[in-house]
Amino acid sequence: MPHYFHSVKLDEEKCKGCTSCIKRCPVEAIRVHHGKAKIIEERCIDCGECIRCCPNHAKVAVTDSLERLAGFDYKIVLPAPSFFGQFRVENSIDKILGGFLGIGFDEVFEVALAAEVVSFMVRGYLETHKYKKPLISGACPAILRLMQMRFPDLLERVAPIMTPMEVAARLAKQDAAKRTGIPYERIGAFFISPCPAKVTEVRQPLNVKKSSVDGVIGASVIYKDLIKQLSGIKGDKDGLQRATSRGISWGYLTGESRAIGSPSTLSTGGIQNAVSIFEEIERGGLEDVDFIEVQACEGGCVGGPLNIQNLFVARVNLKNRVNKHRTRDPYFDEKRLLEFFEQDDFWSKERVQPRPIMVLDEDVSKALVKMARLDEITATLPGLDCGACGSPNCRALAEDIIRGLAFDTDCVVELRERVRTLAEQIVDLARKLPQSLSDGPPKEKEPTPQKVDGGEGI
Amino acid sequence: MTETPARGNDPRLVIEYAINEKDFLVAGESASKTKKALQQLGLKAEVVKNTAIIVYEAAMNVVIHANRGMLRIVIVPGEVLVLTEDVGPGIPDIDLAMQEGYSTATEEIREMGFGAGMGLPNIKQCSDDLKIKSEPGVGTTLEARIYLTQKEGIRREER
Repeated sequence: MPHYFHSVKLDEEKCKGCTSCIKRCPVEAIRVHHGKAKIIEERCIDCGECIRCCPNHAKVAVTDSLERLAGFDYKIVLPAPSFFGQFRVENSIDKILGGFLGIGFDEVFEVALAAEVVSFMVRGYLETHKYKKPLISGACPAILRLMQMRFPDLLERVAPIMTPMEVAARLAKQDAAKRTGIPYERIGAFFISPCPAKVTEVRQPLNVKKSSVDGVIGASVIYKDLIKQLSGIKGDKDGLQRATSRGISWGYLTGESRAIGSPSTLSTGGIQNAVSIFEEIERGGLEDVDFIEVQACEGGCVGGPLNIQNLFVARVNLKNRVNKHRTRDPYFDEKRLLEFFEQDDFWSKERVQPRPIMVLDEDVSKALVKMARLDEITATLPGLDCGACGSPNCRALAEDIIRGLAFDTDCVVELRERVRTLAEQIVDLARKLPQSLSDGPPKEKEPTPQKVDGGEGI
Repeated sequence: MTETPARGNDPRLVIEYAINEKDFLVAGESASKTKKALQQLGLKAEVVKNTAIIVYEAAMNVVIHANRGMLRIVIVPGEVLVLTEDVGPGIPDIDLAMQEGYSTATEEIREMGFGAGMGLPNIKQCSDDLKIKSEPGVGTTLEARIYLTQKEGIRREER
């Protein structure tokens, strides 16, 4: 079995073995065994839902630390569009970008700016290519991983364009190498991320061979350092901001669709919603829709589990910025954008591959037998879906039993039932004494038929 | 609910649903559950997709046109069978009903976004074999099959 890198990890000491995460995980990738949660690596899509819901903060996202900057001669920061939603609009984008220059970065490059390039390319693709409607956004890596497992036949519809993060890293490093003369590989690009899925995407990319991002730092990790900087900066550092409303709005749901500006788009957030929409597409529905923006987080990237601000607060913060920068001139003019479209640089050549991990057995006949057994076991379980066994629901426990990962006695209801039966048998046995030890025939209780017979014989 | 009676030597999986009039949710739910089961059985993505479409459309036909009925999906190593039986008005002219865009759905149903006359043509396109028997005023039986062995060569020991 191949080893998968995951950003989402468990802090064993903090985990109390409760069942909050197993019930909330949208892909049933967590079990509680021996009092600790365990993530099934092949199933996890790094959406971070467990980070959100763990009452003990035992689920963490492993992201890079600022110390990683030391490995590079020239450091560029790539803040996600949603990052600017973490601050009120009084802290201008220029000021926040200026703050990064105070904590060890040499240059800033907004991912929002690259998002404008991606928007243009997607729009162009929709207008000039033949494609199966609807085209599906490839921007959210948790969604791509969900598709690999559960919707492999829809992968061909994923837009063959790199993510804004990837485009930002490439644009920023190429440009910096040209300007400074520092070799490309000595320049480090660091993404400021709202989610663990992006960390995983950089380590194990799906739609590029190798990521050009050199490190991913969680928004919550860098927030404190940046806040300190902001209080020290008086006035704005002018001219750092280059993104316009179009790119900035990618930070919340509907922003991507609007930036692409196709006549018929659909935007959806949250994994359950994504599943319903994908099922609809599989049935041949939504063929009148050109493009589907689909995000694992409710509300889009501002709802990411590594953000500081409440989703709705972050959303209004970001919307205020979008309104403020509506009339701003785009940094890349139409001619430059068209060059990007015609170049080969940002088209994704790696097709996302299916990953069928739900299969019970490679052989269909054997799988059918296992499925029959699975149904039988499910029928014997109480159907409470309590999670006390460590699996998210009764059906999942039955599956775990079939796969040899659990026992039927893991079910507390089943176990209780067996203990009760056993206890009754013990009590029954305890009443039975050999005649040599008994005080004569029992008086209070009804005599047993054998003894009545015996009595008659005397 | 699923049940698995052992009949013959072939292992089989049977998934069954009762369909009540105007129960629009049953089509989506049964298609979704069937899909999950087929994925667990390791069937090819195309077979999974086509079966889900057949299940959805066939169930929807019963919901829209009939009084009540039942849906059964039977999977054996060689094929997937989707079967619906309903009590209802029946189909007077099956050839006409197979034409794209032909529909007898009411205005009310069409306003809900269904009844575009694509159900049966869709089922035909997704299946390798389709049999429809109907008696006007009594009901309709539909049997759609997808064959697995030729398309997939899935029984490893036969390779």
